[in-house]
Amino acid sequence: MAEEKLLEVKNLKKYFNLRSGFFSRKSAGTVKAIDNISFYIKKGETFGLVGESGCGKSTTVRVILRLINATAGEVRYKSVDLFNLKKREMFNVRREIQIIFQDPYASLSPRMTIGDIISEPMEIHGIGDKTSRIKRVKELLKVVGLNPEHVNRYPHMFSGGQRQRVGVARALALTPSIILCDEPVSALDVSVQAQILNLMANLQKEFNLTYLFIAHDLSVVKHVSNRVGVMYLGKIVEVAKSGELYKNPLHPYTMGLLSAVPIPDPEKERQRKRIILQGDVPSPINPPSGCRFHPRCPNAQEICSIKEPQLKNYSEDAEEHLAACFFAGKPI
Amino acid sequence: MECAAGDKILEVKNLKTYFYTDDGVVKAVDGVSFDLNCMETLGIVGETGSGKSVTALSILRLIPQPPGKIVEGEIIFDNKNVLDMSIKELQNFRGDRVSMIFQDPMTSLNPVFTIGNQLTEAITSHRSLNKKAAREESYKLLEMVGIPDIKRRFNSYPHEFSGGMRQRVMIAMAIANSPDILIADEPTTALDVTIQAQILELMDELKQKTRSSIIIITHDLGVVAKYADRIMVMYAGKPVEFSDIDTIFYKPCHPYTLGLMRSITRLDEEKKDTLKPIEGNPPSLIDLPDGCVFCVRCEYAISKCKHKYPPFSEVEKGHNVACFRADKFLSGILSRNL
Repeated sequence: MAEEKLLEVKNLKKYFNLRSGFFSRKSAGTVKAIDNISFYIKKGETFGLVGESGCGKSTTVRVILRLINATAGEVRYKSVDLFNLKKREMFNVRREIQIIFQDPYASLSPRMTIGDIISEPMEIHGIGDKTSRIKRVKELLKVVGLNPEHVNRYPHMFSGGQRQRVGVARALALTPSIILCDEPVSALDVSVQAQILNLMANLQKEFNLTYLFIAHDLSVVKHVSNRVGVMYLGKIVEVAKSGELYKNPLHPYTMGLLSAVPIPDPEKERQRKRIILQGDVPSPINPPSGCRFHPRCPNAQEICSIKEPQLKNYSEDAEEHLAACFFAGKPI
Repeated sequence: MECAAGDKILEVKNLKTYFYTDDGVVKAVDGVSFDLNCMETLGIVGETGSGKSVTALSILRLIPQPPGKIVEGEIIFDNKNVLDMSIKELQNFRGDRVSMIFQDPMTSLNPVFTIGNQLTEAITSHRSLNKKAAREESYKLLEMVGIPDIKRRFNSYPHEFSGGMRQRVMIAMAIANSPDILIADEPTTALDVTIQAQILELMDELKQKTRSSIIIITHDLGVVAKYADRIMVMYAGKPVEFSDIDTIFYKPCHPYTLGLMRSITRLDEEKKDTLKPIEGNPPSLIDLPDGCVFCVRCEYAISKCKHKYPPFSEVEKGHNVACFRADKFLSGILSRNL
């Protein structure tokens, strides 16, 4: 069965120029938020993109949707180069690529009823008429586990978890093929996270959806993803099947990251050998030379500060396991 | 104050802190009791609105009055009730005997003063040291918390530090006077996971060095799994379960604790098809139901639960639960399915 690459990102770069003052034209440096990343997402899968703050994962989502302009590289959706589309063509493509945001309090307009919020995408794209849209909104509310009778209520009347369900309903309104999820459960309580994750999994099966799932919580990403990419300071350092990444990490940053995640099991925590990565994440304005991770890497050698390692496949079977490290697989 | 292992150093009895708002009375903390032993780490665990932060703020009497009020209870420290202390006694108590690390270091540090200034203030407010001596003390503290380039950093402003470094500064301020109790309110929630690991390790090391006890408040069960000795689980302002860490994780007797343990994603487990969430949402603290606060979401509820509030009582030594069915879990009649 040919695995269709629904979304493909190639050599993507996004640099932000900093001015040295509000009115100044002098440059104070460049933030290399995304610095040459490539990955693809297969139809029907969930691709997790994980990394800590400043690694560029949220910027990636915005650049894919052209909410901000890329500095270089390309994004192909169903093999079509998105950056070369005219405004109207991109507008049509946006029906198929939707987004769920992190903050359920900031991503819903407080002045619109949830009914209006969910039907807005349909109105913008001229789908149906008022009656059919209301019908669809009520269906969507049921699908996400909310009461259709509440269609005229305002967001402030709902809890965080319920608001996030509204966000999900809004993303489904245009029956998209792929949904970009930017930390969709990070702002929610633990007992509610599970509800939303289950909902998203059920919807994926029912509507044959593909997800790009961005998060900093590794346990959540592991649970939802088929494949996972690890980002560090604007670069992708490792890509593997979800189970494989956690069982057999090859990049030292991934190893340190996994080791840092607390496991809610006292007995296991007592037995666990923890590797604590020293130092802070450096600034993306002045990234380290060579391999960006080398200043914090316990395995770093001279070559690491001179040359930048590229992603290479270390897997012997059909499914790739990529890592960008001259000493991939060496334990830290 | 040197304490001996097993000594009780803090006792909270039936604490009630309410907020009087235009929409009604918010019963943020409604009858919390627990104790803290010498050199122990106590975890207070709960979700948004559970009352865990308000509990911590009440211990230090940092509740804004109005609209808040500590309406009932006792907080016994060193044979005195904190709630009866005079302003002078409180000033000696806060920052010296008991100190606090707040959740978001960016908003807890004053942006217009250098961290050196803020750190020496924490010291000189409680001890009479001259400027030079206070500075030397500060350097020692910054070293203890792992800040590099100490002399330069002493003269830097909070915005010049990363999140992890700011939190280290907050910890330095909190341990400056070797407190008996350190209260950490979600100390690592705003930090990346690799930095979180550093900060938690640091706090654990410092606990040994300064011989303090720690109360750590968090919603992250992974964090307490490694560091806590005992845990109190809170829900909607009420204590629901209190015991040692192994009991809470492996043999809980309250449906909420059980629900939490079942619903969390775990790094070390094989992918499960579905998680077992707790259905429904936490209640509004203004409009609490009669009977058990958790009843509506509870799969084990019986008719009694709707009308009567289950008392927080000891079901076995060192294990308190607020549930009418706790004994059924204890005896195994009701299965935990963990």
